[in-house]
Amino acid sequence: MSILILVEHEEGEIRPATLNVVTAGVQIGGDIHLLVAGNDVAGVAEKAAKIAGVAKVMVADNAAYTHELAENLSALVIKHAEGYSHILFAATAAGKNVMPRVAALLDVSGISDIIEVKGDDTFVRPIYAGNALATVKSTDSIKVVGVRTTSFDSAEAEGGSATVENVDSADASPLVSFVGQELSQSDRPELTSANIVVSGGRGMQNGENFSMLDDIAEKLNAAVGASRAAVDAGFVPNEYQVGQTGKVVAPDLYVAVGISGAIQHLAGMKDSKVIVAINKDEEAPIFQVADYGLVADLFDALPELSAALDS
Amino acid sequence: MKIIVGVKRVLDYNVKARVKADKSGIELANVKMSMNPFDEIAVEEALRIKEAGNADEVIAVSIGPSQSQETIRTALAMGADRGILIETDELLEPLAIAKLFRHLVEKEQPGLVLLGKQAIDNDSNQTGQMLSALTGMAQATFASRVEIDGDSLKVTREVDSGLESIKVQMPAIVTTDLRLNEPRYAKLPNIMKAKKKPLETIAVADTGVNVSSGLEVVEVNDPPKREAGIIVGSVAELVDKLRTEAKVI
Repeated sequence: MSILILVEHEEGEIRPATLNVVTAGVQIGGDIHLLVAGNDVAGVAEKAAKIAGVAKVMVADNAAYTHELAENLSALVIKHAEGYSHILFAATAAGKNVMPRVAALLDVSGISDIIEVKGDDTFVRPIYAGNALATVKSTDSIKVVGVRTTSFDSAEAEGGSATVENVDSADASPLVSFVGQELSQSDRPELTSANIVVSGGRGMQNGENFSMLDDIAEKLNAAVGASRAAVDAGFVPNEYQVGQTGKVVAPDLYVAVGISGAIQHLAGMKDSKVIVAINKDEEAPIFQVADYGLVADLFDALPELSAALDS
Repeated sequence: MKIIVGVKRVLDYNVKARVKADKSGIELANVKMSMNPFDEIAVEEALRIKEAGNADEVIAVSIGPSQSQETIRTALAMGADRGILIETDELLEPLAIAKLFRHLVEKEQPGLVLLGKQAIDNDSNQTGQMLSALTGMAQATFASRVEIDGDSLKVTREVDSGLESIKVQMPAIVTTDLRLNEPRYAKLPNIMKAKKKPLETIAVADTGVNVSSGLEVVEVNDPPKREAGIIVGSVAELVDKLRTEAKVI
């Protein structure tokens, strides 16, 4: 068996998600090959070759891959797919954009968002916002799989010594072009890879009050998240959203502030190691999953918490 | 220009999914079913594009059991012009759904296909991307804004680190994210009118599309249950527990 993994990278660095996917590949078993696509990516390929467990790195250096356009990346993966038993992607916005195209072009089912490898053809994936876990078995000759990154440990970024080879690019699509991007500016850790996440819900009342969470996040080196209710109310942008329809996080510590705990939110954070809930409604469902609950008005509790973290 | 919009009948988002005792799936008998919320957003966007004078017809398509007619009627009550149900009692994988949509795309030649980014039952997030790959139509997923510019679309997309915009040539496939719009409610007179709008039913077998799947559901289980912890009395106690007991700060 051999496994092909599409590497995600930005600004010369491999995104942490790729290291989780490598671990899923190791669990499936077989030779692991990475595909690095982008413009001027020799440095990324060098880093990819050092990831423990990787046998080969293929590099397609071409400006057509700069912006992760799905048409172009899927065409490239298909060009080099022959002979592989599995093709893995991270279940990130970028990975989800490409994985189903690759599956359809190979005429096989895509297997989204796996959280467990039970065998080389059998996987567990959450359905219904994580309210049920489906065990699925694939009889397709090539398994095309999306990997939920929070369910697999990171592979070691150092220690490997894979061979690196340049491969041909595929034709770029004339139908789609990149226009621009607005990325959120933050010095703090990224939501899906942060060790601590502090999230606010509708109880925060408005966007300005999120500065209280920023203050605590600063002290804990945490990322700030939000419930869908807070996003829908316009308090914070959508990239803050934790939940079934947003991001799935599993940090060491998740602090839910003014979040009631709707099913769809729990689906995005219930695998966190330690959950803290601060809510003035003692009946809030969030307390049923919290390790530590504090029944309090968040406008009293947050300043107190901020002060306590200084001591 | 025609717009095809996909509407899937799913367990209502307010209803908690319960695993069947025989582990074969989720209990769907005698529970409230509704239109997939992302598809409501897709219907709304299609209607807005038509109302702005950029489309002539909105066709609501569902693939599922005969009760999916209700879901199509909801789309018709919101304002879609006609409906097509591809009827099947099987739970089809996204690849089969995408092939059935391709069948309709070839027949109807839409300028735009609008689909929800995922259905809240299987959470696969695959059908739009697969349809794009199968038809060769351009793909714009996770849309939070769609602007028509001649024969192309500028689509703002929700990505993990913020927003991205791309330009795609029509005919195109767009999948909707939450912030694209707020879907309208169907008004009573429109619900009555929707009953008279055309709704065609096609059996899967009559499409000639191969809907076999290489993926089998072995079993469906409840997720591991997380036990509730303790209620602390004060912020000071909370910080102490996090430092000395949980050791996470």
